[in-house]
Amino acid sequence: MTRSGPPKADETPVSQTLPEALQSDAVVESREGERDVPRHAAPAGNGAPAGVQATQRAARRVTFQGVDYYDLSSLLTDEQRMARDTVRRFVDERVMPVIEEHYQAASFPRELIEPMAELGVFGANLPEEYGCAGLDNVAYGLIMQELERGDSGVRSFASVQGALVMYPIFAFGSDEQKRHWLPRMAAGQAIGCFGLTEPDFGSNPAGMRTVAERTADGWRLNGSKMWITNGTIADVAVVWAKTRGDEADGAGGVDGAGVGTIRGFLVERGTPGYAAPEMHRKHSLRASVTSELTFDDCEIPAANLLPESGGLKSPLMCLTQARYGIAWGACGSAMACYDEAVRYSRERIQFDRPIGGFQLTQAKLAEMLTEVTKAQLLAYHLGRLKDDGKMKPVQVSLAKRNNVHMAMEVARTARTILGANGITSEYQVMRHMNNLESVYTYEGTHEIHTLVLGQDITGIPAYV
Amino acid sequence: MKIVVCIKHVPARDSRLRIAQSGEWIEERDLSWEINEPDTYALEEALRLREKHGGEVLAITAGPDRAAEALKRGLAMGADRAIHLAGDVFNAADANATARGLADALRGEAPDLVLAGVQSDDKGYAATGVMLAELLGMPHSTLIMEVEVLDGRVKVKREMESGWFEWLELPLPAVLTIQSGINQVRYSTLKGIMAAKKKDLRRVEAPAAGSAGTGPAGTGPAGTSPTALHGLAFPSRTSRAEIFDGDGKAAAGSLWERLRRDGKLR
Repeated sequence: MTRSGPPKADETPVSQTLPEALQSDAVVESREGERDVPRHAAPAGNGAPAGVQATQRAARRVTFQGVDYYDLSSLLTDEQRMARDTVRRFVDERVMPVIEEHYQAASFPRELIEPMAELGVFGANLPEEYGCAGLDNVAYGLIMQELERGDSGVRSFASVQGALVMYPIFAFGSDEQKRHWLPRMAAGQAIGCFGLTEPDFGSNPAGMRTVAERTADGWRLNGSKMWITNGTIADVAVVWAKTRGDEADGAGGVDGAGVGTIRGFLVERGTPGYAAPEMHRKHSLRASVTSELTFDDCEIPAANLLPESGGLKSPLMCLTQARYGIAWGACGSAMACYDEAVRYSRERIQFDRPIGGFQLTQAKLAEMLTEVTKAQLLAYHLGRLKDDGKMKPVQVSLAKRNNVHMAMEVARTARTILGANGITSEYQVMRHMNNLESVYTYEGTHEIHTLVLGQDITGIPAYV
Repeated sequence: MKIVVCIKHVPARDSRLRIAQSGEWIEERDLSWEINEPDTYALEEALRLREKHGGEVLAITAGPDRAAEALKRGLAMGADRAIHLAGDVFNAADANATARGLADALRGEAPDLVLAGVQSDDKGYAATGVMLAELLGMPHSTLIMEVEVLDGRVKVKREMESGWFEWLELPLPAVLTIQSGINQVRYSTLKGIMAAKKKDLRRVEAPAAGSAGTGPAGTGPAGTSPTALHGLAFPSRTSRAEIFDGDGKAAAGSLWERLRRDGKLR
């Protein structure tokens, strides 16, 4: 044992051997109750105490190692890798321990909002001047992937906050709106929601009935929205409505479309006439808040109009942003399910051997890995296109459509490998599988994206 | 105060390791790498001391080109600047060669405190920090669980065996090797990751092997290792166990006999 510093006069002498040390209360104490984290120890022979070592290496946390069969990591920048890894660790340490309980209780893990904000997850690809991280879009996509590896509901929260609320404020808002809302939302001090879909208008948002009527000093909103993630807990809602009565002052939108133009409005919590009751008894996205928004002669000030918004293309631009994140997020869900299936197939013994040794299981795993890898490459290249400013919305449709469908298939196949255990809360696969049913349908249904592609291929729209 | 943290870039946890064709090291091509986990506790401790006492945290590593990533991760966590002692020679270096390289690089820095993880997750010598202290002429202590900086001194809590601790005081400057798990290591924030791009990461080329170095007499130039690793092998798996009967003394006697018979003792 090395003792380097000269002893002070008032210092209790330090024993050189353990038996003496044990007798001296002044210099040694029990660690009872203090050791909650596994520690490393030096090997014997370098002066480190030998007795400590047996316990040291035990019980290392099993952490998610990712699925990266084509070594995509090597194409990432240091910043992209670090962003992925810090969120991956966050999901391991903070999301995984609590998510199943929240899912079962149908509650959103609100305790994660603050730490996610500290990490910088919200609007991570928006500029630093608004309190955001200013990451590129590949890094942003990797963050969404890692969050959805935890749970689609957690990723949905971040998608809505960043891509559907912060993005439209950034893209269509006034300087004052940006300065007021973006730093607060990045810091998690304000939560947002996005109201486009209505009870009778899902795939056909152009038919919306929510109306914003011009008043002397603002707008009067009437109508309702449905399937709104974060609605009940939101401090501000970005609400899309058709304008009426604004012909005279030329405020009909930047595209000059005039009356009946769809425009975006910021509706703040507590505004009279605005309510956001939560929708209950869901079988999917149970760890996420889904709400209805109602507007009953809801008066909002003129300053709450998003001045640069105009036409249906404004909300569709937001959805392109969010959908881009979903294409990545679905990879995360699939990676979680594949990883769990591989682990299970190595451990589960039937007919005296691991089920991973059976051809049927191997065929399933090979298919899953192939599909996950293809989806990752699609998401990565889409991200590069987005960073180069070349990404087209139809390409996002293709990636969202393919990757979410892929993730559903992977989750279902993983469930078959896990057998009956796959339906229990001990494992993740069925939670992911149920969540993905929502992801399949929201942000443009799988079917509508098929028709978007069909129209792009043939030039003939199939839905009008 | 100026705090130096020694960081090593090691294969990521739970990597599937394969022995390279040379038989002398692992196959590195398909590995991903990370900061040596014990060093993250040392860095966290340094950042906390800086928050309490002010000053600067300098991260340093000795390693090949890829090791710069470990420093970037350290800068993203909050270190103020970093030095990369770069050279392929450090990939195979032992604790002595690494310590001499680090000591040379740190002489001009005059740190108040040097922290290192208790050991590296790849080679596990647990000796680099101790040797560095000797080379820098600083006192040191190992397996540290608590650090309290006093006026010109540092009071530390050191882990001993069987759940016992030892308190020591050392004069500054000093070298401490930090026991893993003593703190909750912070996350690199996304803003921190972006801010790290603007921080000073200085690359210092290691002297080529065989050139005149500054190592102590008899150890050769910096970067050359007095020890040599001749081969790697996976431990053979066996499920056989033998239990010696009798009381402790008799069992110890039987064990002694068996070890001598098997040629394990000479």
